[in-house]
Amino acid sequence: MAATQSVVDSILSTTDDSKFKTIQVDSAELIELDEGNLLAVNENKVDTKEFRKRTEEILLSSTRDATQCLFNSLWQLPVEQVEGAYVVKLPEPKTWLPREKPVPKKKPLTKWQEYAKSKGILNKKKSRMVWDELSQEYKPRWGYKRANDDTQEWAIEVPDNADPMEDQFAKRKNAKKERVAKNELQRLRNIARSQKSKVPGVGLTPTEKPSKDQLSKALAVAHKSTASIGKFTDRLPKEKPSRFTGKKRKFEPSIGNLKSEKEKQLNLIETNAKKLPKIDMAKATNRALRQEEQTASREKQSRKTPKKAKGKKALGLGKKASGGRTGGGNKKTRGKRKR
Amino acid sequence: MRPLTTEETSTFFDKLSKYIGENIKLLVDRQDGAYCFRLHKDRVYYLSEDQLKIGSSAAGECLLSIGSCFGKFTKSGKFHLHVTALDYLAPYAKHKVWLKSSAEQQFLYGHHVMKSGLGRITESTEQYQGVIVYNMNDLPLGFGVAAKSTLNCRNCDPMTIVVFHQADTGEYIRNEDALT
Repeated sequence: MAATQSVVDSILSTTDDSKFKTIQVDSAELIELDEGNLLAVNENKVDTKEFRKRTEEILLSSTRDATQCLFNSLWQLPVEQVEGAYVVKLPEPKTWLPREKPVPKKKPLTKWQEYAKSKGILNKKKSRMVWDELSQEYKPRWGYKRANDDTQEWAIEVPDNADPMEDQFAKRKNAKKERVAKNELQRLRNIARSQKSKVPGVGLTPTEKPSKDQLSKALAVAHKSTASIGKFTDRLPKEKPSRFTGKKRKFEPSIGNLKSEKEKQLNLIETNAKKLPKIDMAKATNRALRQEEQTASREKQSRKTPKKAKGKKALGLGKKASGGRTGGGNKKTRGKRKR
Repeated sequence: MRPLTTEETSTFFDKLSKYIGENIKLLVDRQDGAYCFRLHKDRVYYLSEDQLKIGSSAAGECLLSIGSCFGKFTKSGKFHLHVTALDYLAPYAKHKVWLKSSAEQQFLYGHHVMKSGLGRITESTEQYQGVIVYNMNDLPLGFGVAAKSTLNCRNCDPMTIVVFHQADTGEYIRNEDALT
């Protein structure tokens, strides 16, 4: 700090003041500075009459004052010399500017989060460490060196009605792999859903008790999972075509029934013609505008007539001539005829 | 080559109706024989039944063009009319614009029509209405879209664009290799 100030002072002391314009600013109190944004606001009052006469001069001088103030205060800040150039580190800006970009959108909820919200399911915070009976100490609930780790068991009991020759270790490993794969798929589906892109079908995820829908889907997939995409797969008698197979695009034959094609097209033209509004919008708006004008002018006239009948004689006739002008001629003759 | 699907037909007819209104019926239902629209390589062709029968014997990839091309479907499913459709649009045109002889060449070079080049315009033409452009001898030159309604045309300065250029007969030379 001291070193940098000395740089500034040494420059100031060596220069001859008389050669340059002054850096003094009168009425510097009312100039607000925000060095962080390089902003100076001159709040000195300006005489409006004077301002109209000498707009350019006053604007120039007030701008000069503000700018000079700003630069004076910038030179008060710690100055560094980097490769021959003087560099100032600006303080934090005081004035807050509105943000350039819109506020980021909230992350869309995943399918589970949506479900939990609709059912009012709340997240229960579980402690990270769990008591492990085996080692008699606290261990993490999941992850590396977790408590109650079932993958580290050296023997697994074969369940009652399970195939005794089945490898229980492999089964467990497989189940874990499938769970991980399912979770990954659902993660990708959530991303796809949030980006409004087409959500790819997961196909079949392993489920404990598949529903009828899931089973029929599995059947449809199995049917197609051959080298010939299910062309030669045997079907059951009376088997219904699956709901889950995609539909093929089909076009009419090129040389088909030209008459029916023509009729279809004519029908289409008619239905499209019905959809179009029959009102000519430009015409309708023009008519509406003209009507409005007419009513407005009529109202103006009716407002004017009682004003005209303000004289003493006309006041006496007021009850009779309530609908406006009834007799012809000008004011004088009208009055005479009534007598 | 195949007939148009209903979706394609409706977008195609929507576009046509901007120029000839309900006169599409006259194109579909013709007294002098059966005519139809066929889609081939994203282009819509208008052809007679006889032409269709002859053309369908050719393999799809060998067939370059058949009948007269009305335009093409873009990759995003919109329809663009080509100048080759002009012969069918011009007789049924609902809204017309006539050009002064001085502006004729400018239009045929692919420029928009300025107010200064406007000879006549059909009464009650709305903004963005499809219009057929003629010269003063009633020869169809092309088509475009009205940039100003007839009312607005009257009081605008001579350098404002009155009709946006879409297609003109000059394309037969300029765009020869792309037209089918």
